[in-house]
Amino acid sequence: MKVTVFVSPKATVLDPQGAAVEQAMKSLGHQDFAGVRVGKTVTFEVTGEDTPELREKLDQLCDGLLSNPVIEDYRFEIEPG
Amino acid sequence: MKVAILQFPGSNCDWDAEHAVADVLGVPASRIWHKSPLPAETEAVIVPGGFSFGDYLRCGAIARFSPIMKDLREFAGKGGPVLGICNGFQILCEAGLLPGALVRNDCLEFRCLTQPLLVEDSNERFNRERLGSSIALPIAHGEGNYRADETVLADLEANDQILFRYQGNPNGSANDVAGIRNSRGNVYGMMPHPERAVEPYHPNRDGLPVLEAFLEPLVSKDPVEVASS
Repeated sequence: MKVTVFVSPKATVLDPQGAAVEQAMKSLGHQDFAGVRVGKTVTFEVTGEDTPELREKLDQLCDGLLSNPVIEDYRFEIEPG
Repeated sequence: MKVAILQFPGSNCDWDAEHAVADVLGVPASRIWHKSPLPAETEAVIVPGGFSFGDYLRCGAIARFSPIMKDLREFAGKGGPVLGICNGFQILCEAGLLPGALVRNDCLEFRCLTQPLLVEDSNERFNRERLGSSIALPIAHGEGNYRADETVLADLEANDQILFRYQGNPNGSANDVAGIRNSRGNVYGMMPHPERAVEPYHPNRDGLPVLEAFLEPLVSKDPVEVASS
């Protein structure tokens, strides 16, 4: 199976990268786009079944290594491979 | 060896920290590889600056899981003094040994300058009387923007846990925070580099009293040896 983890800056945390990208969008004439946030995706393969135990393991992995709960939120998707 | 200076792949202020502690202050210090155990005789730990593990994922995120961090956590848990400088501060925050996190500078630039700082009256070692009300130390970072939620910030303020504030905030840090300590008063973290301000050829020597304050019991026990040069 393929796991994709999406990590994004928390809504309450200033995102300088997002603000800079938004400025660039506006300078391209896209005045109607706002609230840009820059995050990251992490993908990896995992063998086995999509079980609650696997999801718990993924939560542990995301909460500390792949994302920092002080400044980031995460969610993940599991695609059957 | 009394002071252990941790070395991760990508640490680059480890030698400077060792020089400042051992050669300038005369306190025995060694660099300890992140896969080695923390030596039993360790009396203080410095987590130096650099770009541990290439700053991959987040600054300090991977170093936090290095083998030596288990020993460091135990050492800090017993009240052992720990100082994180720059990337070391980021690592201590990632490890949860200090509250908050350091994110990208709001200006998006890497900031490298001698930065004026206001000294706060934090405790008996870190205060204005001892360090002076205003000092200047080198900073060199792209992710020094201190972030914590409002409750954490309020606690830091209420408990005098802020060590230094920027004079002219270079990175967007909340409350101009440049350095903090934990509530117990044994874990310290700061973005500015005291180890780069200890020699006559440095911009100034404001780093010396800062390192002395951190290492106080060790410095006072050992007469300073004059470094041969």
